[in-house]
Formats: sequence, C-alpha cells, structure tokens
Amino acid sequence: MAKEFELNEVEVWDGNYAASQALRQAQIDVVAAYPITPSTPIVEGYGAYVANGYVDGEFVMVESEHAAMSGCVGAAAAGGRVATATSSQGFALMSEVLYQASGMRLPIVLTVVNRALASPLNVRGDHSDMYMGRDSGWIQIDAFDAQEAYDLPLCAFRIGENHAVRLPVMVHQDGFTTSHKAQNVYPLKDAIAYKFVGDFVPVDEMLDFTRPVTHGAQTEEDWHYEHKAKQHKALMDSPAVIDEVFADFKELTGREYKRVESYMMEDAEVALVLLGSSVHTAVLAAKQLREEEGIKVGVVAPRCFRPFPYDLIRDALDKPSLKAVCCMDKSSPGGAMGALFNEVSAAAYSTNARPMMTNYIYGLGGRDFSVDEAKRIMKEQKAHADAGHITTNIQQFSGLRGPKLGFYEIRRS
Amino acid sequence: MAITSIKNLKEFSTNNDRFEGAHLLCPGCAHSMIVRELMNCTDDNLVIASNTGCLEVSTAVYPYTSWDTSWIHIGFENAATAVTGAEAMYKARKKKGTLKDPDAPVKFVAFGGDGSTYDIGFQWLSGAVERGHDFTYVCLDNENYANTGGQRSSATPIGAHTSTAQAGSASYGKKQKKKDLVAIMAAHGAPYVAQLAPNKWKSMAKGFQKALETEGPCFINTVSACTTEWKFDPKDTIHLTDLATDSLMFPVYEIIDGHELNILYRPKNVIKVEDYLGAQGRYRHLFKPENKHVIERIQKDIDENWAMLQRREEARI
Repeated sequence: MAKEFELNEVEVWDGNYAASQALRQAQIDVVAAYPITPSTPIVEGYGAYVANGYVDGEFVMVESEHAAMSGCVGAAAAGGRVATATSSQGFALMSEVLYQASGMRLPIVLTVVNRALASPLNVRGDHSDMYMGRDSGWIQIDAFDAQEAYDLPLCAFRIGENHAVRLPVMVHQDGFTTSHKAQNVYPLKDAIAYKFVGDFVPVDEMLDFTRPVTHGAQTEEDWHYEHKAKQHKALMDSPAVIDEVFADFKELTGREYKRVESYMMEDAEVALVLLGSSVHTAVLAAKQLREEEGIKVGVVAPRCFRPFPYDLIRDALDKPSLKAVCCMDKSSPGGAMGALFNEVSAAAYSTNARPMMTNYIYGLGGRDFSVDEAKRIMKEQKAHADAGHITTNIQQFSGLRGPKLGFYEIRRS
Repeated sequence: MAITSIKNLKEFSTNNDRFEGAHLLCPGCAHSMIVRELMNCTDDNLVIASNTGCLEVSTAVYPYTSWDTSWIHIGFENAATAVTGAEAMYKARKKKGTLKDPDAPVKFVAFGGDGSTYDIGFQWLSGAVERGHDFTYVCLDNENYANTGGQRSSATPIGAHTSTAQAGSASYGKKQKKKDLVAIMAAHGAPYVAQLAPNKWKSMAKGFQKALETEGPCFINTVSACTTEWKFDPKDTIHLTDLATDSLMFPVYEIIDGHELNILYRPKNVIKVEDYLGAQGRYRHLFKPENKHVIERIQKDIDENWAMLQRREEARI
C-alpha cells in the first residue's frame, strides 16, 4: 500500500512538481516515460515517489518517447490507469502513437510541458507541440499556472476515463514560465484527491480472459470513416462530462474552471484571445489599461483547446460593444494565419457584431511577452476600433528583431 | 504446461486452438503454422501483440478477428513495447488486487516480421529486452517486406532478388549479408534466445515452451518460408524449409543466458546450398555464369557460420 505524502495546506511548487504530485495522487497503475526538457522533472519527481514507496504502480523507463506512448497504449488496453509526460521533440516522436491511442479509445493522461519544435533547436516554451496535437483526437486542456498544472490532471483522469468519453487527455502547461516557476499551490490531501479521481473501471481489458478482445484492428474504406466519425462525436460530446467534472472540482476546492475563460468581457470594446501563461500577462495588462487610459479591454482564453469550444468562443465574443479582437498564436504558423486566429475567426463570424479580427504571432522559442507589449497590442486594437477598420496588416509578429513583419491588408472599397 | 505430449502432431495441432483457420494469409504461408504452434504449446492465457505486417493485416480486419485470445496491434514498430506495457499493467494490477482472476496464469508474446524486428522496430525490441520484462518475442522471418510487396530488409540474404534490391544486368540482387539478429539478442543477455524452424516442429514447440517458461525476455527467430516472394509452389512450404535447415542456410539452435549455445538440429546429410537456392525464384539469377561467385560466397558463409556455431557449442562460452 502506497504511503501517504504529507502535504501542507499551501506548498510552493513549480508547474512540473505540481503535475507530478497530481499524477502520484491519482495512483496510476503504469507510467511509461522518457525524459525531455522541460518536462523532465515530472518524470524525476514521479521516480522519487516510486523509490520512496509513495506509488504502488509500475514505472517503466523506456528508450524513447515513441516507446513511452506505445507502452502507455499497451498498458491502457490491459485495463488500468496510465499517464506520462513529454515536451516538444518528444511529443513529435510520439505523435504517431497519439493518433493510435485516441483511435483505440484509450484514456491516457499526457502532461505536455509546451516547448518549441526544432529547427533551430530550442528548449524554451512555445505552443508548437500543443498545436501539433490538435488533430490527434485527444482532449487538450490548458493550464495557465502551477496551481492549474496540479488541478487539471486530477480532472483529466476523471474526464478521459468516464465511460461516456473514453478518450486520452493532454494537460498542457508552458515550458519554464509555468513548469519552472514556483508559486503558492493549494494541494488536496492524498485521500481526498484520490476520492475525487476515483477508481479506474476497465472497459474491454486484455487481462479479462473470459472475454478475449482484439485491439487495434484494421479498417479500410468500408469502416474507417464510421470509426473516425464516432471518435469525433465522442470528442464533440465530451464537454458535458468536462463541465460536470469542473463543477465537482469547484465544489470540492472552490476553484472554478470553464472551457473558455473570459475576463472583463462584459463591456469590452477590444479583446485579446490567447492561451497558456500569457493569459495572466494579458489580464494584468487589460486591468492596467482600463485604469490608466479607460480603454475597455477584455481577454478570452480557451481552457479547452480540443474539443475546440466553438460555441463558447462565439458567445464570449458576441457582445454589441466589441469592435476588434486580436488572436495571439504562440506557434510558427508555417505559411498560414495562426490556428487560433482561424478557429476564433470562424466562431466570430457567427456573432451578430462580427468584430474586426487580427492575428499576432508571438513568443516563439520562449521570446518574452511583456505586460507593456500586451498593452501596445491592446491599444492597437483600440485604434482599429476608433478608425472603424483594421489599420495594420492582419497578421503581424510581436517582439521580433529587425524590420516589422506583417501580411495581408484589409480590403477597402 | 497442461499439454503432456508434443509427440503426436495431429493431437498437438488441435490442442487448445486459439488461432482461427479463417485468416487472409497466403496459401502456403508458414506464419500461421508458427503462430498456431506457439499458441498450442501452452494452456496459459495469452496476451499477444503484433507489429504491422502480413500476420497483423491478415488476422484482424474489422469486424473480424482470428484471435481467440487477448490481442493488440498499435504500429509497425512497437509490438514489443505494447506487450511489455501490458505486462507492466499485469504486475501493477496483481499487486493492487484489481485483476478479475489474479491466479490465472498468463504469458505475454509479441510477433513481428523481419521488417519490424530487424529494421524499423529494432530499437523497441532492444529496449523491451534490456528492461527485462517477462515476455517472448517471436520474429516471423521471411527475409523481406512481404506485406508491402517484397522489398529488401536487413534479414534478406545476400544475392536475393527483391523489388528494392533487384537482380538485373548490372546487379546480382542484394549486396549485403543478413544481419545476425540472434547473436545481437543473445548479446542483450536475454535468458533464452533461439532460432527455430516449423519443419522441425518438435524442437520448435520445445523452444517455444522453454521461452514461455523462462522468466524474463526471450527472443526467437523463426524461418517463415514466403511462397509469394521467395517464389515456390505453396504446397512446398515445409519441403522448402527442409532445404533451408538441411543446407544450414538456416541452422536451428538456442543460446541460454547469452552464452550457452546448443545446436538443436544436425542434418544427417548436409545438402549444398544450390539445392536450396535453386528451389526458389528469388535466387534464379544466381545460376547465371557471371553470378556463380555469389553462390560460392553464400556457401562459404554458411560453412564458416556452421563451424563457428559448433565451436561455440563445444566451448560452452
């Protein structure tokens, strides 16, 4: 029987340690993992719990991230709780198996500490890996700070393992800005955390020999389409369970999570939409701008990146006062508008007011995103609102050295 | 092991049948013989993983399955990791008391072709064996990427024609020697490693039983004659395999704990390799005068390998 870990009411944890504590409290049966910066401390932390009797499950240190996710899939099919952690290149290496895990409907929890994808090689945080996972069929939930990096994995097990969902779940946090930044974190006692997560209840497990199962069959044009449609439906139906789990978590802890977080949007004239640790930066900037210059700025942050909360984004932006919205993508867009811009714009198109939409690429490879820069971008949105049209390129780069970079202009008749 | 006798082939072939005859493998393919033999040689429950390949695509096409046991396929390269992940889950659940039948004996087995074993999945196999999981990996070695139409693998012997190492007016086929995977797996320190052949079905069954009974990672390479890509008549699979073992192109032996080598089959009359090569279309070009040197090279390699195996067996090191 695993030992109880004595925890104070408030601990000073960084995002990595917070996530490793959540994994420990969930009493995972199998963790198959491979270390990579900046998520390594999650695996190391878990290893310390194993070595000191705080974990009853198996800890399998494999030879690559592809093997880590492969081991997770095999373990999950054998009917128990499974999790791992990765970042960046490791995420890319396991990407083949990410699709297989979701297609096989196996509830694995993957903690992703977001980091840039090479080349050039870079260990700092951006959202390239998170974006790479967006069509993989996983639920993707985004933690903006260390407290959330602790809370959300606990929720993730409940969501993914729910028999109405049966999907793998990624919990993201930003490399270094969240993973290595210590802050006050309020943990649950072990027994309370485990009670919230609950016992794992297997479905179609390979270790029930009274009922042999075949996992990972082949389908061609006769059935593949139906399987993928069913998988998509499971994702699209999952918000009911996500909302229910978030509601239970609020009841337990008082901490409230929503699939889309909105800040000061009630009367907002301009808004920023962004993800991750930058949300706190943007909220601080918006508060200051409201006080200093009276500009009515709001912030919208998708907590749930997949399934993408199209309806809630639409509702958040469907304000008569709202004139200009800037979507900020922390991933190299590779010859397109940013993915967040595209998806938020699609939702904004069905609002009554249809605000002006612009796109900033920012923070690639860990380039700092400051409160001052957030304010500058907010003021630029205010200028669009006052002019009645977009006054800059539609896509721009924030904090880039050298000449300004921008693409596309608004058509004016 | 509930099966008491593997002397009677008829009895053995119908024992504990968990691999359905309804599958899509080519007529004459040795894969199904080898798989059936493994599954029949134990009464324990089986958790089986297959790499992508001929066996996998022929036995689990939704909504059908040929597997009357727990079975999983993920990708081309990772059956060893899938089945050892399941083995880790078994250990965890046994410890925690969450298994439905904690006393049911269970064995973990992975199957892969030579493409997924020698080449694309080699790292996954190596890692799983190094970690010491209790499982048996069986390579169905048909010496080419048969599932995709017969391309070279690192198990393809020198001189064989494949679609990516073709024989032609300027080429005698594959230029490189076959990788000695059995030696590599023995060097991992695996407690039981063997090379077996389905024509020698008793030694094959015994080898499988030894591997399943041995705690820790075991590796078995099996010759699986490929009627489609080696180009011989489907009715001649076992005859062709006889030629493979009797020419010593495919010696049958085991290596215990990485060093104790035992030869499991000594042909009474060793045949010339020409007899084996000449029975297959993939080596037809070697019989042209300009390629005679390749046959000589193959025979020389066989003789040296056989001498080496015998020396190792005698030396007990």
